[in-house]
Amino acid sequence: MRRLLNTLFVLSEDAYLSLKDDNVVVQIKDARLASIPLRSIEGILCFSYKGASPALMGRCAEFGVSVSFFSPRGRYYCSILGEKNRNVLLRREQFRVADDESRSLPIAKSFIFGKVFNCRWVLERVRRDHSMRVNAERLSSQSALLKTALNEINACSTLDELRGVEGNAAKDYFGAYDDLILHSKDDFYFEGRSRRPPMDRLNALMSFIYTLLTGDCTAALQGVGLDPYVGFMHVDRPGRVSLALDLMEEFRPIIGDRFVLSLVNTGAIKPKDFEERENGGIFLNDQGRKIVLAAWQKRKQEQMTHPFLNEKISWGLVPYVQALLLVRALRGDLDAYPPLLWK
Amino acid sequence: MMVVVAYDVNTQTPQGRRRLRRVAKACTKYGQRVQNSVFECEVTPSDLLVLKHDLAGIIDLNCDSLRFYNLGAKYSNRIEHIGVQHHLPTDGLLMV
Repeated sequence: MRRLLNTLFVLSEDAYLSLKDDNVVVQIKDARLASIPLRSIEGILCFSYKGASPALMGRCAEFGVSVSFFSPRGRYYCSILGEKNRNVLLRREQFRVADDESRSLPIAKSFIFGKVFNCRWVLERVRRDHSMRVNAERLSSQSALLKTALNEINACSTLDELRGVEGNAAKDYFGAYDDLILHSKDDFYFEGRSRRPPMDRLNALMSFIYTLLTGDCTAALQGVGLDPYVGFMHVDRPGRVSLALDLMEEFRPIIGDRFVLSLVNTGAIKPKDFEERENGGIFLNDQGRKIVLAAWQKRKQEQMTHPFLNEKISWGLVPYVQALLLVRALRGDLDAYPPLLWK
Repeated sequence: MMVVVAYDVNTQTPQGRRRLRRVAKACTKYGQRVQNSVFECEVTPSDLLVLKHDLAGIIDLNCDSLRFYNLGAKYSNRIEHIGVQHHLPTDGLLMV
C-alpha cells in the first residue's frame, strides 16, 4: 500500500515558495524559513499572496506533489497537479461510462448509497453514545427516513430520480444535524446548510473542510489516472471537478462532518476563531484556520481498517484507495464500485 | 524508511571542498540537513539505491567516507534531540 506523506501548509501571508535542489524553500523577504525535500511531501497548500515559482510548480508536477492555492483568507483559487498517469485507455473507458447513463447509474448509486448509509450511522452513533443528552427521538426518526432512502436508491432507474432521493436524504440528515452538537450550543448551532457565504460558524467550518476534502479527492483521482472533471452524477461544467465531487459524497459525513463535530464538541475550536464580514458571512480567521489544519493533518494520519480491503490504512489514504477501487470497477475487475461503508 | 547519511570529506584541497559541496547537494535532494555533515533522509528503498549510487560517484574513495544508518519505517522513537534544531521534521506538522 502506498504511504501517506506529509502536507506542507504555508499560512504566512508574505511567504514565497521556490525550488532549490528538489526542495521547496519557504522564504519571507530574504529569510529562509524552511526547506523541505519534495520527495517527502504529498501536497502543498499555499495561503500566501506571493505564491510559488513556476520552476517549483513544474517540479511538483513531475514528483506528483499537488499544489493548491488559496487567498490568505481561505478562498480557494486553483490547484495544479502533474500528469503522472497518462493511461488513455482508462480515461476513454471513464468517458464512455459517463456518456452512458445505464452504465454510470450503478456507480452513481454506489456513491449515494455510501453517503446515505454513512449519514445514517453518524446519527446512530451519536444516539448510541449520548442517548441521555440528545433528542433521541428526532435522531431515530431521521435515521429511519434515511433507511427508507437507502431502499429508494436501489429502486432508482434514472440519474434524475437518484438526485432527487439524494436531495431529500440530505435534507433529512441535516434536519438532525443540530442535535449532534453537544458543546457550547449558544455559539455553535446549525439551522441549515448555507454557502457562498456560510452564514454561521458551523457552515463556515463545513465549507472549509469540504474544500480541503475536494482537493484530496481531486488529487487522488488524478493520481490513479482518472479525469476528475468528468463525473457520473454531477453534471459537467467548466472548471468543476465533477468526479471528485461524486467520489466525495460518501466521505462528507464520515470524514468531513464527523471531523467538524469533533472540533466543536471537544472545544478545540472557539467562537473567537471566527470573524464576520460585511456581507454577513462567517469565516475562520487565521488562528482558527491554523487550529483546523493542524487537527485535519492529525486526523489524516490516524489509522483505520478499510472494511472492503480489510487492510490497515491511514484516513488520509481513503480517497486514494476508493479511487483505485473505482478504477477497478471501470475496468471490470470488480462487478461494482464498493463505497466506503463506515459504522 | 529513514536513513541517516553521515559523511566525512577531506577538504584540504579545492577538489575536496568541491566534493563536499556536491555531496551536501545530493543529500539535500533526498533529505534534510540536521547537522553539518549529517542528513536524515526519508526515502523509499529505490530512492536509497539511487542516492547511494550518486554519492559513491562523487566522493574520492581514498580519502572520504560515507555512512548510512537505516532506522526503518518506525524511526520516531529512535531519534532523540537535544538543543537547537535548524530543520522542520517532516513527520510532524508542516506549517509555516
